[in-house]
Amino acid sequence: MAVTEDTTNAGGIGARMLRKEDGKLVTGESKFIDDIHVPGELWMGMVRSTMAHARITSIDTSAAASMPGVHSVLTGAQLADMDLWAAPLPCAWPVTDDMANPPHWPVVPEVVHHVGDIVAVVLADSRYQAADAVEQVIVEYESLPAVASIEQAIADTNLAHTDLSTNKAYTWAIAPDPEGTQAAFDAAAHKVSCRFVQQRLIPAAMEPRGVLAVPSPMGGDITLYSATQVPHILKVMMAATTGIPENMIRVVAPSVGGGFGAKLNINPDESLALVLAHRLGRAVRWTETRSEAAGSTHQGRGQIQHVELASDANGKLTAIRVKIDADMGAYMMLITPGTPLLGSFLYHGVYETPKFSFTCEGWFTNRTPTDAYRGAGRPEASYAIERAMDMLSYEVGIDPIEIRRRNYINGGEPFEMWENPAGIFFDSGHYTPTLDRALEMADVAGLRAEQQARRDAGSSKQLGIGLCTYVEICGLAPSRALGGLKYAAGGWEHSTVRLLPTGKVEVVSGSTPHGQGHETSWSQIIATKMGISPDDVTVLHSDTAKSPLGLDTYGSRSLAVGGVAISMAADKVIEKARLIAAHQFEAAPEDVEFTDGSFSVAGSPSKSVHIQELGFAAFSAHDLPDGMEPNLQEQVSFDPPNFAFPFGTHVAVVEVDEDTGGVELIGYFAVDDCGNQVNPMIVEGQVHGGVVQGAAQALYEIAVYDDDANITNPSLMDYLVPSAAEMPSIVTDSTCTPSTTNPLGVKGVGEAGTIGSAAAVINAVVDALRPHGITDMKMPATPMRVRRAIEAANGGAS
Amino acid sequence: MSAGAVRVRLSVNGESHEIEVEPRTLLVHALRDSIGLTGTNVGCDTSSCGACTILVDGRSAKSCTMLAVQAEGSEIVTIEGLAATSDGDGLHPMQEAFHECHGLQCGYCTPGMILASVSLVDEYPDLDDKKVREGLEGNLCRCTGYHNIVRAVLTAAGKEA
Ligand code: FES
Ligand code: FES
Repeated sequence: MAVTEDTTNAGGIGARMLRKEDGKLVTGESKFIDDIHVPGELWMGMVRSTMAHARITSIDTSAAASMPGVHSVLTGAQLADMDLWAAPLPCAWPVTDDMANPPHWPVVPEVVHHVGDIVAVVLADSRYQAADAVEQVIVEYESLPAVASIEQAIADTNLAHTDLSTNKAYTWAIAPDPEGTQAAFDAAAHKVSCRFVQQRLIPAAMEPRGVLAVPSPMGGDITLYSATQVPHILKVMMAATTGIPENMIRVVAPSVGGGFGAKLNINPDESLALVLAHRLGRAVRWTETRSEAAGSTHQGRGQIQHVELASDANGKLTAIRVKIDADMGAYMMLITPGTPLLGSFLYHGVYETPKFSFTCEGWFTNRTPTDAYRGAGRPEASYAIERAMDMLSYEVGIDPIEIRRRNYINGGEPFEMWENPAGIFFDSGHYTPTLDRALEMADVAGLRAEQQARRDAGSSKQLGIGLCTYVEICGLAPSRALGGLKYAAGGWEHSTVRLLPTGKVEVVSGSTPHGQGHETSWSQIIATKMGISPDDVTVLHSDTAKSPLGLDTYGSRSLAVGGVAISMAADKVIEKARLIAAHQFEAAPEDVEFTDGSFSVAGSPSKSVHIQELGFAAFSAHDLPDGMEPNLQEQVSFDPPNFAFPFGTHVAVVEVDEDTGGVELIGYFAVDDCGNQVNPMIVEGQVHGGVVQGAAQALYEIAVYDDDANITNPSLMDYLVPSAAEMPSIVTDSTCTPSTTNPLGVKGVGEAGTIGSAAAVINAVVDALRPHGITDMKMPATPMRVRRAIEAANGGAS
Repeated sequence: MSAGAVRVRLSVNGESHEIEVEPRTLLVHALRDSIGLTGTNVGCDTSSCGACTILVDGRSAKSCTMLAVQAEGSEIVTIEGLAATSDGDGLHPMQEAFHECHGLQCGYCTPGMILASVSLVDEYPDLDDKKVREGLEGNLCRCTGYHNIVRAVLTAAGKEA
């Protein structure tokens, strides 16, 4: 059943309900990590390696240690002697049995492996004193050859870890029929072979990371506040790696200022704060500085993609072969090795292909580790196939729109449970309507006429129109599927719903928001389910003492897994309440109906009770059915039977100044299908933000490393996160193809914008430059690159 | 008074404060750490993000680019005090517009974005989409893609179509 926008129930599923979260955030009442203080807290300052690969020969901490306000300065070797850790920092996704995984200690004892690796930690009374003391620690290094790029890693001349024999970390493949795939290429009427570079990106959530560990020296327990997306995973991992018993650790994520994947890791600073606070019996805190983040928080993307397409004479795909070289950076962090593989099932996009093969090799470099960043593997996949499809359309000589229509799964008609060539099932899809709607909204026909007019006039400002019809995989994830992929944890989500004595509702959520508006959306689900006002609902989350079970928020999973758990727990509360109502009515439970929050008996209008009125009966327990436990509180751990596959069509319109090479994004149109929507306003907001992040990859952002593997643009001065001035308004619409994976029919939308936009924007840039014979453009499409491409295409003299 | 500390007198959200800070203390840290008003956020260390934007004598300023001592004698408004500067007892119209237009997600950029917008509307009576976008160039948001922020500012300025 498709849910259309609900205008009757202002707070139910489908309503554009304004967010409950906003009041605190627009007044400064919210507490982010750096806003929380406890008496006697010590500030950590990190002494970070300035070398990418080197052996520490000496560390002189004496000057720093004698500075005012400094409590202590501890080196990696000293910390190693203090026996603070039970194990190195964790990697939860060893993708192959033979994957290399060099130990990642919070503070390195001997050899640094990237700029930003921590070599010593200062503890001081204030933020400024810690920073001053860090400056005074003198570290001497013996430099080792560094691996500064994927190409250097592959060459294997220098080793990123000298105790490994190669930089290759693993090889992972889905290649059901390599010979058949090769035969398809041999027989193809058209082939394209593309090499794309997914540049490294700095996630740059506006709130830097931070941590505060507060011990209870007598009680023995410890509370870790962290700007994290994953308090539950952090708790388990901290117990496993520090040896502090899990039952003594409480993790709290306060207001978190954006994550985008960058806050889902298990970081050196979190571990350090925890063990030092525990050992010293004093609170220990740290707040990342923005420039420090380039070496202290994982980065995203970092791949070289080789994509080959084969088609028949009409442009109908016959085979797709993909080989990825993925930059792990210096260490395997929580899901570093698996991140590129999250896209592995999607390299055929929304298109049918008889033959498919995917191989990924992971490579160590001496750069900041990579890990999940908004989309995590899927933007890379959709970029590759959507760019390659445009290149195939040039080759075949048909319009990019037409080549897509010819290849859509099920001919563009609706489908359910379509098996892809890698053996997974797309829950549902219907691709043509998003394409048609996006073309109409953007007036692509009109834009084409305008483009031709500018070309005919020899205008220096050329128009480009780019398309992306993406599919993504979310609803992470069926636990068994994760087990099959060697991921250590499951993919369920937990919720408890309790009807309080006074009729109000508490929802305990295992998902952990950091801008997504869960308090609002989860209240809307309860409002519709239980027939109550969303104002009567409070959502408890992000604190393992309030929400002990959960697997947190990443991969657009919260609604499709966590929201569904909430809905199912509400169903259980309603079922129990029905028994109480039946008992009060002296009726059989099967005769008791539940409508708009009220239980009633068919045919006896006098017998009616609102569910909120039953809270007290369940609490007082004076007159419950025989054998029934008091209270109305039910819990569900929902393990989804399948993934969910949202999709959509995006159209980007750019103006390219051929004289300067400048690219301006002048229009953006997004039609997304994420199944049923709980709050369309929030859905649109997610799309807007995602689109800009993907467009930023296409046009502006790149973490630049020099030949010695130093990052040269760590600050927001040089790393170009776009402002409002660079971005256009975004026109959105949606279609609705409910998921078959869960009872709410929902899919997920947190990453969709990013997954669609980088390809759409680059396709538009290349489209503008087609008269020069240009077929590809590297990201980011800077004025320099565009201008040089034009010059090269015109024999060096444009 | 500790060695090297200086005394700064300033008014914040209508209340006078006299604080002791090291001469190098940034205004944003004085507000957050000395006065305890943590609504003003820090998002960078290069004056690039605008998360720390406040009103100093009625005009927006990045409080990480000022020393606390430079605020001597100034009248400062932070996000905590903004609502009180407008008529009525609820939110300031700009706060209300951000809420109504879904102009915030994680909310970290929001205090700075709202105060920069208040100052923008004050200075430019004839705002349109382009002028708002250019006017907010110094304030970064990673969540919203700016679309709804621009709508919010135009709404508060009475310019939304
Ligand atoms: S913190 Fe002031 S501009 Fe970023
Ligand atoms: S709302 Fe998150 S940075 Fe703007």
